[in-house]
Amino acid sequence: MNSFSKRSYIVIGIFLITALVFSLRLFNLQVLDPTYKVFATNNVLREVVQYPARGLIYDRNGTLLVHNKPAYDLLVTPREVTAFDTLYLCEMLGITREEIEAGLQAANKYSRYKPSVIVQQIPPEVYAVLQERIYRFKGFHTQSRTLREYTYPVAAHVLGYVGEVNANDIQEDRYYSQGDYIGVSGIERSYENGLRGSKGVKKYLVDVHNRIQGSFLGGEEDIPAQIGKNLTTSIDIDLQLYAEKLLQNKKGSVVALEPATGEILALVSAPVYDPGMLVGRVRASNYSMLVTDTLKPLFNRALMADYPPGSTFKMLNALIALEEQAITSNTYFPCYGVASSPIRCTHDHVSPLHVVEAIRESCNPFLWNTFRSIFSKFSSSSEGYEVWREHVLQFGIGRKLEIDLPIESKGSLPEVSYYDRIYGKGRWNALTVRSLAIGQGELGLTPLQLANYCAAIANRGHYYTPHVVREMEDESIPEKFKTKNFTGISENYFELVIEGMEQAVNGSTGMLKIPGVSMCGKTGTAENPHGSDHSVFMAFAPKDNPKIAISVYIENGVWGARYAAPIASLVIEKYLNDTISGNRGWVEERMMEANLLNPNQPK
Amino acid sequence: MARNKLWTNIDWITVILFILLVFAGWLNIYSAVYNDTEQHSIFDFSQRYGKQLIWILAAFLIAFTILLIETNFYLFFSYIIYGLVIFTLVLVLLFGTEINYSKSWLTFGWFSFQPAEFGKFAAALALAKFMSSFGFKLSRPKSIAIISLIVLLPAFLIFLQNDTGSALVYSAFILVLYREGLSGVVLFFGTLIALLFIFSLVLSEVLLFGILTSLTLLVYMIANPGLKYFFRVIFIWVSVVILFAGLNFLLKTGMEPGIILAGTLLLGGVVVWIYSARNKLKNYVTITIIFIGAILFSLSVDFTFSQVLNSYQQARIHELLGIESDPLGVGYNVNQSKIAIGSGGFWGKGFLNGTQTKYKFVPEQSTDFIFCTVGEEWGFAGTFVVVSLFVALFIRLIFLAERQRSGFSRIYGYAAAVIFFFHFAVNIGMTIGMMPVIGIPLPFFSYGGSSLWGFTILLFIFIRLDASRLDYLSY
Repeated sequence: MNSFSKRSYIVIGIFLITALVFSLRLFNLQVLDPTYKVFATNNVLREVVQYPARGLIYDRNGTLLVHNKPAYDLLVTPREVTAFDTLYLCEMLGITREEIEAGLQAANKYSRYKPSVIVQQIPPEVYAVLQERIYRFKGFHTQSRTLREYTYPVAAHVLGYVGEVNANDIQEDRYYSQGDYIGVSGIERSYENGLRGSKGVKKYLVDVHNRIQGSFLGGEEDIPAQIGKNLTTSIDIDLQLYAEKLLQNKKGSVVALEPATGEILALVSAPVYDPGMLVGRVRASNYSMLVTDTLKPLFNRALMADYPPGSTFKMLNALIALEEQAITSNTYFPCYGVASSPIRCTHDHVSPLHVVEAIRESCNPFLWNTFRSIFSKFSSSSEGYEVWREHVLQFGIGRKLEIDLPIESKGSLPEVSYYDRIYGKGRWNALTVRSLAIGQGELGLTPLQLANYCAAIANRGHYYTPHVVREMEDESIPEKFKTKNFTGISENYFELVIEGMEQAVNGSTGMLKIPGVSMCGKTGTAENPHGSDHSVFMAFAPKDNPKIAISVYIENGVWGARYAAPIASLVIEKYLNDTISGNRGWVEERMMEANLLNPNQPK
Repeated sequence: MARNKLWTNIDWITVILFILLVFAGWLNIYSAVYNDTEQHSIFDFSQRYGKQLIWILAAFLIAFTILLIETNFYLFFSYIIYGLVIFTLVLVLLFGTEINYSKSWLTFGWFSFQPAEFGKFAAALALAKFMSSFGFKLSRPKSIAIISLIVLLPAFLIFLQNDTGSALVYSAFILVLYREGLSGVVLFFGTLIALLFIFSLVLSEVLLFGILTSLTLLVYMIANPGLKYFFRVIFIWVSVVILFAGLNFLLKTGMEPGIILAGTLLLGGVVVWIYSARNKLKNYVTITIIFIGAILFSLSVDFTFSQVLNSYQQARIHELLGIESDPLGVGYNVNQSKIAIGSGGFWGKGFLNGTQTKYKFVPEQSTDFIFCTVGEEWGFAGTFVVVSLFVALFIRLIFLAERQRSGFSRIYGYAAAVIFFFHFAVNIGMTIGMMPVIGIPLPFFSYGGSSLWGFTILLFIFIRLDASRLDYLSY
């Protein structure tokens, strides 16, 4: 029977070969091949993003304007969901059954294993109830986020709003991922990088059911979220509130800035809206309501609307002519006879008159002659126009001012080529473009540009780039906001136009007289082919050492002195004196009560 | 050696290997069940490690009892034990409890067990008894028929319980028959056909044919009748392949690469066969015929599988072979199992520190996939020690079997060794992705009373037989 005992070696051989093959395989798997170690880490690691709170926003006096309130998202992991009381959940959250079902379906489509957001931005009071009962809803959990909350219902166009990132944002900056929030407009957008802080990551160990079992390496590799940086804006919230109140039931804008720094004190685009409308779950419906509103409340007129400057442009033409020595302080033009054509004077005044009087009287013939004399200093009209245009550009007109808000219009200031195209090269002259002499025609200034131009006059020849943020935590404001931009016009010429502006205010109706303050200003009427003309006013005060420069546009306000000027005087008075003097109460009342939403106002 | 001194005649090496394996198994079950957040005493009998501790103590008691029973008992009662086990296997089919899709549990109140685990030692006893009976000759067809009946009856009953893995264990008995004189050709072809069947379904055609060709060339080289012929055969083959592939390329027949490869290999094989026959190269003729046969067999398996079987049957076979691509199904288990083992590194992550183990990424980790815990927490050092311990046990058993004077003891010893080996090879092979996923336990390691007791009985009957090897002359 033992004749086959040698076969025991074959059997033992099979055992040994198997053991050898297994050992080699195990050596390869465990020692040589690193991939399984990576897979193992991926298996157990779950990175949970920590969302930082956005930075707070203050006004120039330290009043809190924007802060954060907690909100909660409800997330669902479809695989873990068991039958639940849909109706109860819907009632608790105040949503419809269809919404829940659509959300579940979308989540299912995205991933059965990964959580996706099903209900967003649940307010804290609802969350408190939900959190107590969440155990009844298997597969659901919550995540906390922060939402913006506004102390005052104003300054929406400056502050902007926060929304969810879109595909474009994600592509442009890898910091963002689906569902993150990003500043969409206003300061929230332009200072996004500071305000957002930086997201953190907490690494957790999870088991096969994706349940968190503890922190990874005792939290050694966690990256804490960094809270966003706080901002101090240059906005004076009291002034902003007051200006917005003055502009109720009107379309238009108010831009007030501090000439010595370029800091914007108030920026209003009317009609206004409450920035709180674009927060939370009501946002989508409010947004579509605002978008479809025919008064276009979302349109930031202060930065985007190109209005003709009207007579407010006359100081600039006078300054250019003085600088180019086309006129002197002693140059007189009559406003009758042949000199008064092609642009007539609209009212009676002394004649002939010099530059100070011309500005006081807003004399069209004087400005036309001034404009023409600039051109006649040069051999060709286009050369003259080019010189004139360069001066205008130096006031920040016809180009973007590079304010620290995401969008602004560059206004409208045609190039030589524009007129060459329309009239033919060499076939146009000062007469052809005479409307520019009185701030009409192709010219377009945004209210911000007008206010900035006013600040340049107030500063007697320079301006600081306007900006809405004074300082950001641990960061200095960009150098460009601290650099003087010179207009290239000699300081002494400014005194002449300022004199004219002061006399213009003093010679006007009593509505503009602020007790104890010498205001220099100029009214304007912007021609409007679609309805009543727009009322324009620019001013600064006090005359010496100015504290505030302002531009006011009131759409369909008929003429400058009617609405824009009184409103500007009230804003200046409020800013300088902190209160409106008793005898001007009636002005304030009349301005606030005026309703100019009808585009056709009586003359 | 003293005749009646049982305790000195016991092979303590085997007993120590048994105790080491059982203890290592328990440690890993403890780790597989262990959970950071809930701490229990190791004697907490609501936990698996607590229960396993009871099973282990009971196993020691069973082992002790077996050692006390006279050897004659096993010899005389082997058919009766076999009959009783077959009876319980039938009972399971009638009254069994279904767990995890297989109806393999008998429940008596709080106590339930798997009769299939006891089928192995019973079949080993019956087989040893029959093959050691007076006048037995393996070559007789009647002997083969009775052997087949003894082995296949429990396998068939277990297969009916839907426990395919445990049924396949009985195929290991072919090694016992081989030792007792079954022709090596049967073993060779049996293994070849089994491997070809599995690999035709698991591997891609091109890969399988590539492996077959290189193996054949290797054998040509080994059976070398002179380098001249070897290089000529290679030359013939290469020219045929180039010719055939070139024709296909020119004619743009658009046949699948697998078919083209099969065609060229078959054609080349025929040419080589004619060439070797003419030159009277006997070995080459045989090898070439086997090669051609292997290619035809795997083609027919593929054809039968895809054309004859319906999708339900295909799915069953896929499931059995573990080639389901469903990441939630069998593929998931193997993948997670390889991740757990592979992440262990050389020294492992340390006892109770395996993240994959602790957070239950591998399913069935305390039973069929217990080897993952070893791999992850003890690293290559641990798996190598465990593999070595097992192989040491198997070799020791073969050594013991060969020193038996009685045919009954030797055959039983071989049966025990190959059954352990089959479990070892399939279970560990499955966890490292080298074997299809068929759920059979790793002896002494996997959680479960029935399997531990079954293996203990299987082992200790042989230890008892070995301890009294001097008592009797061979039958």
